[in-house]
Amino acid sequence: MIELRNLTKNYTTDAGEVNALRNISLTVGDGEIFGIIGMSGAGKSTLVRCINMLERPTEGQVLIDGKDLGALSPAQLRAERRNITMIFQSFNLLMQRNCLKNVCFPLELSGMKKKDAAAKATELLRTVGLADKAKAYPAQLSGGQQQRVAIARALATEPKVLLCDEATSALDPQTTHSILSLIRDINRKTGITVIIITHQINVIEEICSRVAVLDNGSVAETGEVREVFSNPRSEAARRLVYPASFAPEYTETDGGGSA
Amino acid sequence: MIEKMFESGAVAEALEILKNEFPLALWETFYVTVAATAFAVLLGLPLGVLLVAGEKDGVLPIPKPILHILNVIINLLRSVPFLILMIMVFPLTRLIVGTAVGTTASIVPLVIASFPFVARLVESSLREIDPNIIEAAQSMGATPMQIVLKVMLPESVPSLLSNITIAITTVLGYSAMSGIIGGGGLGKIAVNYGYYRYKYLVMLLAVILLILLVQLYQTVGTRLAAKTDKRLKHKK
Repeated sequence: MIELRNLTKNYTTDAGEVNALRNISLTVGDGEIFGIIGMSGAGKSTLVRCINMLERPTEGQVLIDGKDLGALSPAQLRAERRNITMIFQSFNLLMQRNCLKNVCFPLELSGMKKKDAAAKATELLRTVGLADKAKAYPAQLSGGQQQRVAIARALATEPKVLLCDEATSALDPQTTHSILSLIRDINRKTGITVIIITHQINVIEEICSRVAVLDNGSVAETGEVREVFSNPRSEAARRLVYPASFAPEYTETDGGGSA
Repeated sequence: MIEKMFESGAVAEALEILKNEFPLALWETFYVTVAATAFAVLLGLPLGVLLVAGEKDGVLPIPKPILHILNVIINLLRSVPFLILMIMVFPLTRLIVGTAVGTTASIVPLVIASFPFVARLVESSLREIDPNIIEAAQSMGATPMQIVLKVMLPESVPSLLSNITIAITTVLGYSAMSGIIGGGGLGKIAVNYGYYRYKYLVMLLAVILLILLVQLYQTVGTRLAAKTDKRLKHKK
């Protein structure tokens, strides 16, 4: 179980203090596919990076099965990160390694023997449907294929939690669908907990059971996906569900207000 | 000068020198540049890594004053003209090689002059890496050392090779100057015959060989960089 307790994250920038996250508390159950949705700048990426401590929260706690990540030593935290892996919008594969070696990478980091790592990586590439691309380099693959390799890599250390940071935002709708079904399959087979960060409402609708709507660094609303999207109570959720009625009118003089 | 250069006597003499002295000189230039660049990389590579990894937001932050001192030392060494640096490091050269003159001795000032340059080149290569890739490695529990050795360096190999090629051609340029302290090679021949004895044809030949050597280094370097770069879509 993942518990976020009163997470707050402040940055100091040249423009002054920024409150990226304000007092966020969420609980995600084991084996759940949980969505976190919000507009650009709502704090989604900061939040997901606080879950594996790539960013240290200013205040609050992250508890994974009761273990407080903020209290771990750097070495303990690195070990724990093998339990909470991550995939990214830009895939972030090692471009000078072939697919097999990319999947071997986290296993190498943990000190597994090369031969065992290669055997496991081959198996994982088969799971994501890319057994024939083991020797190919990332630059030779499409975006969807690269994300599949990234998923195989994220699964290599047999994590309990998979964090998906805008993992389908760079992909076309059909590829998005196939990546999401792969994630759902893996979730069903292994019972892995998945947290999906996105600004795309259809991604949440397709695979998440529960969702939190993030707005300006706070949780505006949380609940069952069907419930939240059919009957949005907060303004932030309504903005996501009915974007047209909230978008600023385009006028030629001000060039419109939407980014 | 041009007419004199190609008088029959001058041409015969130049060919004689070409046959007797150029093979050794070419070898000496080759040996000095490769050895000096190798040592410069040995010193400059870790230093360049430290400049990037040691930053406040780097993977292995080091105290700011130390980073500052490193930067000052690098800039300082890079500011001293090679001709003067060569003379300034005489004591160090004597300490390491036993003598301050000669071909092997000229490697010491070449290394001192080029390792800070290599450090800067390595720094710029490592800065080209997508920070998201480093973040991904961190998210998988990589230690700072693992990030340096398994991510930063392997991912920048093509860029490092291109930059080392720049370094070796620069070292080649410096090495021509080391003829003044008795360093052997094509530079010495050019200076001794061309400048001191007005045999311009010999000087011209030495320069042509230097040009060919630069071409060789550049071609090999560019090919290696392209061959190792897996970001290019190789056809199978």
